[in-house]
Amino acid sequence: MHNLDQIVDAACAAFAATDDPDALEQIKAVYLGKSGRIPELLKGLAKLPPEERKAVGAAINRAKDAVGAALNARREAIRKMTLLTRLAEEALDVTLPGRGQARAGLHPVTRTLERIEALFRSIGFEVADGPEIEADFQNFTALNTPEDHPARSMHDTFYLQEESGEVAQGVLLRTHTSPIQVRYMQAHVARHAALEVMPEIRVIAPGRVYRVDSDATHSPMFHQVEGLWIGENISFADLKGVIGDFLRRFFESDDLQVRFRPSFFPFTEPSAEIDMAFMSGAHKGRWLEIAGCGMVHPNVLHHVNIDPEKYTGFAFGMGPDRLTMLRYGINDLRLFFDGDLRFLRQFV
Amino acid sequence: MKFSESWLRSFVDPACVGEEFSHLLTMAGLEVEEEEIVAPGFSRVVVGHVLSVDRHPGADRLNVCRVDVGAGEVLQIVCGAPNAAAGIKVPCALVGAELPGGFRIRLSKVRGVESFGMLCSAKELGIADDAAGLLVLADAAPVGEDLRRHLDLDDRLLTLKLTPNRADCLSLEGVAREVAALTGVPVRFTEVEAVEASIATARTIVLDAPDACPRYCGRVIAGVDAKAPTPEWMRRRLERSGIRPISALVDITNYVMLELGQPLHAFDNRQLNGMIHARMARPGERITLLNEQTLDLQGDVLLIADDERPVAMAGIMGDEYSGITLATTELFLEAAFFAPRAIAGRARRYNFVSDASHRFERGVDFGGTRRALERATRLVIDICGGQAGPVSEVQASLPERRPVHLRPDRVTKVLGLNIAPERIGELFARLGLPFVRDGADFVVIPPSYRFDLEIEEDLIEEIARLHGYENVPSPAPRAALAMLPQTEQRRPPARIRQMLADCGYQEVINFAFVEEAWETDFAANERLIRLANPIASQLSVMRSSLIGGLVANVTTNLKRRQSRVRIFETGRCFRRDPCGEPVPGFDQPWKLTALAYGTVLPEQWGSPVRNADFFDVKGDLELLLAPLIASFEKAAHPALHPGRSARVLIDGKAIGFVGELHPRWQQKYDLPLAPVLFELDLEPLGVASLPQYVEVSRQPVVIRDMAIVVDHALQLQQLLDALRANCPAIIRDIQLFDVYVGRGVEVGKKSLAFRIVMQDTQKTLLEAEVDAAMQQLVEYLQSVFAAQLRV
Repeated sequence: MHNLDQIVDAACAAFAATDDPDALEQIKAVYLGKSGRIPELLKGLAKLPPEERKAVGAAINRAKDAVGAALNARREAIRKMTLLTRLAEEALDVTLPGRGQARAGLHPVTRTLERIEALFRSIGFEVADGPEIEADFQNFTALNTPEDHPARSMHDTFYLQEESGEVAQGVLLRTHTSPIQVRYMQAHVARHAALEVMPEIRVIAPGRVYRVDSDATHSPMFHQVEGLWIGENISFADLKGVIGDFLRRFFESDDLQVRFRPSFFPFTEPSAEIDMAFMSGAHKGRWLEIAGCGMVHPNVLHHVNIDPEKYTGFAFGMGPDRLTMLRYGINDLRLFFDGDLRFLRQFV
Repeated sequence: MKFSESWLRSFVDPACVGEEFSHLLTMAGLEVEEEEIVAPGFSRVVVGHVLSVDRHPGADRLNVCRVDVGAGEVLQIVCGAPNAAAGIKVPCALVGAELPGGFRIRLSKVRGVESFGMLCSAKELGIADDAAGLLVLADAAPVGEDLRRHLDLDDRLLTLKLTPNRADCLSLEGVAREVAALTGVPVRFTEVEAVEASIATARTIVLDAPDACPRYCGRVIAGVDAKAPTPEWMRRRLERSGIRPISALVDITNYVMLELGQPLHAFDNRQLNGMIHARMARPGERITLLNEQTLDLQGDVLLIADDERPVAMAGIMGDEYSGITLATTELFLEAAFFAPRAIAGRARRYNFVSDASHRFERGVDFGGTRRALERATRLVIDICGGQAGPVSEVQASLPERRPVHLRPDRVTKVLGLNIAPERIGELFARLGLPFVRDGADFVVIPPSYRFDLEIEEDLIEEIARLHGYENVPSPAPRAALAMLPQTEQRRPPARIRQMLADCGYQEVINFAFVEEAWETDFAANERLIRLANPIASQLSVMRSSLIGGLVANVTTNLKRRQSRVRIFETGRCFRRDPCGEPVPGFDQPWKLTALAYGTVLPEQWGSPVRNADFFDVKGDLELLLAPLIASFEKAAHPALHPGRSARVLIDGKAIGFVGELHPRWQQKYDLPLAPVLFELDLEPLGVASLPQYVEVSRQPVVIRDMAIVVDHALQLQQLLDALRANCPAIIRDIQLFDVYVGRGVEVGKKSLAFRIVMQDTQKTLLEAEVDAAMQQLVEYLQSVFAAQLRV
């Protein structure tokens, strides 16, 4: 019996003395293997008198279980230790930067245009597009601005050359996005000609426009967003409501004032200039021109075969470049068209 | 239009002043663009009369003056001004005066002599920049009068940014009329009485173009002194309206134009021959204008001519020879009404404008022609003397003022605001718009000075303007709800732009007009669309490609020490195309161009530094297109390296190019590395297919690899297309996973390794079937492409 305890103690001591899983298994073979010490003892049972066999056998088996348990415990301990070591070895400097591509951003004016589109979409405005080399008719005449109208001098227009070098007649670079109004209304009227009541026109048209003007506050190419809502009962009050709502949503602030003051555009009557003033911040209290607008002139509606007696509506044209500058605190319009990554990257 | 507020207030003088007054005008549609003060604040400066000037006993450059400052008070003042002289009248700052900049005048001793004030220059008072000497006042200036009052220095100068419809406000009387309407304060117009003829000299007037000139008044004034000085009050009003005084006669015509809005022209009557004709220009006629411009006249230009030659472009500018000079003694004064349509755009055609053309093309009050002539006659006689002849007045049919109907319920419909008819009547009365009632309606006959009241909406604007735009409510709009279409099979451009930004390309926006060289270099464009009036030569041609702009962006960014540039732009491009839509002659497609320059990845610790090459950018392109699958074929493009450029096709249709910039352009545009770029039509990228579910096969997949050696020049696409078209049915997919050139592969050949994925739809594949399929592939490749199986 004494001998068995010694064997168990020796086995436990041997297990504990190793960290190596392979060595552990070799030690196991010494005690529990086919010709290990405990199996050898079991083999010796046959030589014992039958009356002793049972008790000795049981004692040997207890010793075998004890060694087995010690082995398993040691295996588990070594596994744990090995894992811990591996984890420690594999530890990273997790503060090193991740690998791969860096995202870039959209142009700030694009950001603004997308926000404007989203805001107007949310109240049911579609988005339309139109040509930038535009017919004189759509840019001026259909907008109640016949040739030699003094209002044409409000727009310094870029004209094109024929291949012969002559000035091309009847075409120009659009000076505003309003011609899209005309094209959209023409298409809308044609599409719904069969209906008794024409469905409402609710559309905005963002795009690039061109005027012969270049200084710190004017770019020969800039952006506009045209808006148009025509229906059976659309009034100047609706125009005020929509624009006020838009500006508060766009700037995410109720902390601003909006005013409409009389102005003149050949294609709207009454016409207004929209000014906005922040009640706090860098521009506090200064009136800033945001857009021109008005009720669509009956002559314009006539031009596209909409009955001005039955339908009324408003149009506006606003300057998203200006809105972008105010929104992000940009102080120089020329930055927009300069391609400077140090500027553009700020809008990722 | 710029004018002096105090001049305006001589007609109408409402209680509101300063900013409040400017706001009133602005909110009525007469936008005050600029407000200037005539003089900065100063106090206790009076008109002083220098009685004597004596040398200062202790200083060579100083004088001791005795100055009468009124009420019998004579002050001793030390003064260093070189023009100090006995007898002149000058501004005198009294002890206690505060000058601009907070400078206080105290009793002082200057080198031992007491000085009881200071004599001032214009600069010291902030009135002008002249610091050379004392500001010398008129001899008649009343001694002791406050200088601010004497020179009307509390006046403000207002500049109105008038819209083209408000020609009626291009005069002091016009603005005064508007102020009266806005405030209800009565207006006092200049009283003008007819000047009786005292001589018989007259010229006959003939209206040869009565539509263009339906009214012409003229008269001769003889015996005038053209050298007479312009009175101070008139000079001051002109100067404060931004008009430089020239000579009495010129000043008078300008003054009346400002006062009444009627442009006048004064001819030297001795330079005229025979009758005065208002006629259209004849072929080949020329005129040399007062501004020394010589013009070849077109037939739609209205002229004033005598029996021999044109003497003025009517309503625009007189000619050089018939104009008045300081030697003129007899003048022919013209006041006429020229139809806006006959004047509009003519001056601009010759690249100038005049105050007269500006007014006539917008509309001058045809009811005030004669009055203006009489007013000017009176001023000429009062200032320059002389005797007036009878007025010759000829008239054809003047513009008709058609009655305009206004329905109060239309006002409500258009404005969204109910305005009571009584209020409408009141507003019309304030505006001086005569009306009668026709049932519920108002019938307004617009006055001769308003050219902008033709339809009901024009009247509605007047009502809204006077009622106040700020008094129109701004409710949340109401509309029938209808959802907008949400097309799943389209990808909006916004999404495409965002994807590129996510791939590390920064969006830029460049001008659509570019340098001509960009078009020839990058697009080989031989049919340029040139601007007729570019602002600069490097912005003179409409772009047919976005490449030039992006290459220029690289250059500027490199200059700014940005060595890695990944950018893209979407924008319209322009090409001549007789079938162009919707504007004939021009095709204006949207394009998308992206460019990568420098390292693939931003410099970082964990990835090797490598410059972006063709396949990096092609990879980005494929990512952008997915799930659309493009095919690529070798093709030349003027901007690109001929061996490293490919046409991009979707469903066999070309949509653009991808490639490396041509080394020639890389050198010309001074780029150390070659940018890689793609330019695509934006429209086809918007296609997104609607996914259609296909049953997932439950049969196991068998994968085999195969490497073959083929000619180096063989293009993969060609091989894959053929292979896919000719492979056994069980082959699901063929993927290239390696390309190898080098040891073990014969020179002029390359090794391509493919992974072949096989699957039967119905059953598990047998080994023999797989072997047979692979064998078939190999045999096909051997026979068609002379490929060798690599083992």
